[in-house]
Amino acid sequence: MTDEQHTPAPDRDEALEAVLGNLLRIGVFVAAAVVGAGGVYLLITRGDWIPDFRSFQNGGSPLRSVPLILRGAFALRADAIVQTGLLLLIATPVLRVVFSLFGFAHERDWLYVALTLIVLSVLAVGLSGLQT
Amino acid sequence: MSYLVLSSLLFAGSLLAGLLGALTGLGGGVVIIPLMTLAFGIDIRYAIGASLISVIATSSGAAAAYVREGYTNIRIGMFLEVATTLGALGGAALAGVLSTGVIAVVFGLVLVSSALQSLRGSHDDSGALRPDGAALRLGLNGTYPLEGRRQPYNVTGVAPGFGLMIIAGGLSGLLGIGSGAVKVIAMDRIMRIPFKVSTTTSNFMIGVTAAASAGIYIARGYIVPELAMPVMLGVLAGSLFGSRLLVAVRTTFLRRLFAFVVFVLAVEMIFNGITGRI
Repeated sequence: MTDEQHTPAPDRDEALEAVLGNLLRIGVFVAAAVVGAGGVYLLITRGDWIPDFRSFQNGGSPLRSVPLILRGAFALRADAIVQTGLLLLIATPVLRVVFSLFGFAHERDWLYVALTLIVLSVLAVGLSGLQT
Repeated sequence: MSYLVLSSLLFAGSLLAGLLGALTGLGGGVVIIPLMTLAFGIDIRYAIGASLISVIATSSGAAAAYVREGYTNIRIGMFLEVATTLGALGGAALAGVLSTGVIAVVFGLVLVSSALQSLRGSHDDSGALRPDGAALRLGLNGTYPLEGRRQPYNVTGVAPGFGLMIIAGGLSGLLGIGSGAVKVIAMDRIMRIPFKVSTTTSNFMIGVTAAASAGIYIARGYIVPELAMPVMLGVLAGSLFGSRLLVAVRTTFLRRLFAFVVFVLAVEMIFNGITGRI
């Protein structure tokens, strides 16, 4: 702990940077693997389908909440598996913010703990529509 | 066109978009949305949804590499994310009420201003001359790797930079792009952050900004897995490759290349938005 909380020495965040870098890489890799697996399945089962995405008909994708998406994925529906991967992808930067919170708390940088909590609250508002 | 052909073409196009997006730090969305709407006639709301997903992948994939190379300033990132995530919620709310033509025109105008900004002379990387009070209190000053040592830099213009980042977040939520263009302008020109630090930190923030509005887009049905799949995977592959090239490529060349591509796409988007073709 230093007296000057907000004038960090150079390279002070190196440990946190390494953790965040790994988290981002693993999150994106897992999400891409799930999307890729669902995508291959999608192409095998519906590759010859003639899609029409020219207008926002029928109100768009029905896979629009976490319970619906996960239920579809457990029933091994290809589109729901892809959508599950997309949820994992969205969760990755959110998790990065959560880890930053721990990192700043460990450095006892309370100003940045507060700023991180604000960002998390805004994210919670944005993601709240996915509950049902 | 069968789904197999459509997804293959989208994958190839997204690969290129991801490469450009990572090299310029501006995200793949600025190329993907024109590609999907102009070349494939896909509804702009689906294009925005797929693009939003792709920018999260671009940002997180490339950020993982940048963070470890020591360019990214995570304090600047977290501070400005307060602004961008708030703006993103506002932008996503607006996207639900504006017509597709209006969204296309706004998109085109954002692209034109990005192109013009990036052509407006070269930027010196000396940083702010004197330490700024707000930047000191927020601990925003840092160092970055330069010729084998760590070059210190100071940050200035904290309040106007923060304000512009709210607009950047709003455009991200409205248009499904990272709006790295506006972010780089705020961080480069106003806050005087060295180019590679601003590019990588901007990239670092794009994923969180996009995640703030992605929940709203999924809940509205704008994110279609059949379209998001090839776009996300293509962009991701392209951005991972691009992030490895970044350190080797000269920034002036990047800016000119980006400006040209973006300008052409912008004019087409505006034209199609006004004539009601989008």
